[in-house]
Amino acid sequence: MAESIKLTINGHPVSVAADGTMPLLSVLREELNLRGSKFGCGTEQCGACMVLIDGKPEYSCSREVASVTGRSVITVEGLSKNGELHPLQQALLDEQAGQCGYCLSGILISAAALLAKNPAPSRANIIAALDPHLCRCGIHNRVIRAVQKAGAVLASAKP
Amino acid sequence: MISNTLPQSLIDNPILSQWIAFEEKGRVRVGSGKVEIGQGILTALTQIAAEELDLRAEQINLVSGQTDVSPAEGFTSGSYSVAVGGASIRLVCAEVRALFIDRVAEKMRCSPGELTIEDGKFLRSGKDTGRDYWSMAGEIGLERRATGTAPVKRPSSYKIVGKHLPRLDLPAKVMGAGFIHDIVSQNILHARLLRQPWRGAHLAALDENAVRKAARTPIDILREGEFVAFTSDSEVAVMRAAEAARAFAKWNGGAPPPSDVGTPDWLKAQPSRDKTTDAGLPGRVSNGPVIEASYSRPFLTYGSIATSCALAEFENGALKVWSHSQGPAVLRDWLARALGLPAAQVNVFHRQGAGAYGHNTADDAAFDASFIAMRHPGRTVRVQWPREDEFAAAPISPAMAIKLRAALDADNRPADWSIEIWSPPHAQRPGMNGNSNLLGAEALPNFPPQKELNDVPDERGGGATRNGVAIYDLPSHRLIHHLLPLVPMRTSSLRGLGAWANVFAIESFMDELAESAGEDPVSYRLSLLSDPRPRRVVETAARMSRWFEQRDLGEGRALGFGFARYKNIASFAAVVVEIEVEEEIQLKKIWCAADAGLVIAPDGARNQLEGGIIQGASFVMREQVRHEDGRVANKTWEDYPILRFSDIPEIEIELIDNPNEPTLGLGEASVGPAGAAIGNALARALGKRIRDLPLTRERIMATLLAE
Repeated sequence: MAESIKLTINGHPVSVAADGTMPLLSVLREELNLRGSKFGCGTEQCGACMVLIDGKPEYSCSREVASVTGRSVITVEGLSKNGELHPLQQALLDEQAGQCGYCLSGILISAAALLAKNPAPSRANIIAALDPHLCRCGIHNRVIRAVQKAGAVLASAKP
Repeated sequence: MISNTLPQSLIDNPILSQWIAFEEKGRVRVGSGKVEIGQGILTALTQIAAEELDLRAEQINLVSGQTDVSPAEGFTSGSYSVAVGGASIRLVCAEVRALFIDRVAEKMRCSPGELTIEDGKFLRSGKDTGRDYWSMAGEIGLERRATGTAPVKRPSSYKIVGKHLPRLDLPAKVMGAGFIHDIVSQNILHARLLRQPWRGAHLAALDENAVRKAARTPIDILREGEFVAFTSDSEVAVMRAAEAARAFAKWNGGAPPPSDVGTPDWLKAQPSRDKTTDAGLPGRVSNGPVIEASYSRPFLTYGSIATSCALAEFENGALKVWSHSQGPAVLRDWLARALGLPAAQVNVFHRQGAGAYGHNTADDAAFDASFIAMRHPGRTVRVQWPREDEFAAAPISPAMAIKLRAALDADNRPADWSIEIWSPPHAQRPGMNGNSNLLGAEALPNFPPQKELNDVPDERGGGATRNGVAIYDLPSHRLIHHLLPLVPMRTSSLRGLGAWANVFAIESFMDELAESAGEDPVSYRLSLLSDPRPRRVVETAARMSRWFEQRDLGEGRALGFGFARYKNIASFAAVVVEIEVEEEIQLKKIWCAADAGLVIAPDGARNQLEGGIIQGASFVMREQVRHEDGRVANKTWEDYPILRFSDIPEIEIELIDNPNEPTLGLGEASVGPAGAAIGNALARALGKRIRDLPLTRERIMATLLAE
């Protein structure tokens, strides 16, 4: 059943020998050892597994890997560049926006997609972008502040 | 002053070397049996140790929940971690510091008062002596009993405690790392289980061929009694097998709960063990009006965002287990018993999972992995639970029914007060009541019959009775506890246990009494609070929310108030919510004032209080576990909605500065007041009260239509 599936992950071309019906999340975690994206529910209801597919936040837990052939996937590992944190990651630390932290990988992905479109999002914009994500510890307001802060950093970094 | 009586953790682990070691130059290993469950405990304990030892925070290597080297401290629960675990570390570190200072003074022939410590180096009158903890460690035996008599630092001199130290575990987590789920091993054997749908269920039929076919990759099936596990080198194969098996399995026997399980009528009809506790002036008679009201909450689940995970390795008769258990030492003991191994041959390593908020399936997953590992020596067996099993087979937080009654005096104040509570026990963690309470162990043949269930004893804060005694000035108080020990589910501890339901009932009732007296609910509470400390908390929340300014909030809007002191001995918290109601509750703004005594990690404290408010709001607005055909009917997050980003308003928190009072546990303090405040706001907005939780759209619509 294994086939060779070619796609781009975090900017690098990758070829995986995998059953094309495997969930993308399992391929990322088990085959490629990218363990940043998390399993939470397996039914696209909690957002812990969120990745960017061609720049758009998508659930990876039940998405068949064959469906991303030839496409670009970014995981939380792909947000930091050359060991330097993405402004969103830094802002989460600055705001101490975490308790258990399990939801953060997915939230970072949706927030990065939002800021790429709109570096100065309102509270309502951020809520709309992050509403697919469940957090049980109650760090929502800290995350919203961190996203606003990271947006300001990204905007000021642009020439 | 901070008291120097020995905390329980130090009584249980009395030898200094159980807590501290100077093995690596420049670093000190400090042990803790308390574990990180998202509450920031590792950071707070590091602050305490660094403060007392005069070290920098990064010089502390806190080893938490590793059973061969960390002290055994029971469970990380009940907001005890800083108050008890932290107090123990403070006393140990102060005593070790004093032992070193005395020894250096003796060597230098100077008085101990001339010596100070900086980053672990001893200074005499500010000058380096060339000696440090590590060069002196060989001369000081720490194999001695802690006395708890060494002076601890004064809060006014603190340099690290009470100041902001960023969470030590967050840098890894924003990179997507740091969880038990992420441990990689070359030799992993993946496993998933088929769980019994109710306690005692017998697997009447399972089409193993169909399960193998569904897995698509070869799997092994391990069956002993009702313990059924699927193993494979491929994780996807065992995930598919478990999903298929759940659909194909036919069960009978055991004790499937009825569909109306947990309703107030059902609870009150169950066999009970009853206990009445009176306080104050018994038999005080009042000729005033009597007010009564009954409240209830349904069964709930803890709902972590991660599912539970464990790894285990069995080699040469020794078992290593990696688990996010809240009680690694207790887990070790009960794994050993259930598996027939000497406890010394079992070592549990705590690794972080998602937030726990109560007794979750971490211990069950640890048993699953261990049992399978013993049949596959040399392999690292990894188990991760499917989401559906988390809803279906996790310990369940008890449904409760609560009745309040007050006979009023001539001033409309309660002359006689009673509370009656019906609830199954909130206590079936591993080892409680002498039962292993490990799901996998219960599925094995010849599993011993369950021993009689009790609730958490009152001296540990109680379970169903937690916060059952109202904190107000009440001349006569009666508490009647109907413990329902035969409820067939594995009822156990969720954040706050019975506290938040009791606080919801008591604080709703306070509003009802105020209303009957025609008084403002906050003023009414203040008239029953003579102690200045809780008064200040109530007054602070009222000021923050401009409670007394009689603002015009607009149609369908209202403020609500809730207040409690968690367990009546931990932190005080008052919460005000502003809501708008059309068909359902929309939270508009929340204010919280809290007094936690000496706060070790102020930002962590705010984070915990805010998280507790959101969880408390979610409990009362949305959450309910339902049963159909003997099984849990909630299978996904759609069936068990929790609050989301779009439900959560801005929250303002004020920590009342009280550094000369002992540290009070605060992890659970805001949950009850937040829920109560929402119930009270809803009653004010609707002009009618809903006393059964959750406060869903359906109930609100039914209440509106009933008019």
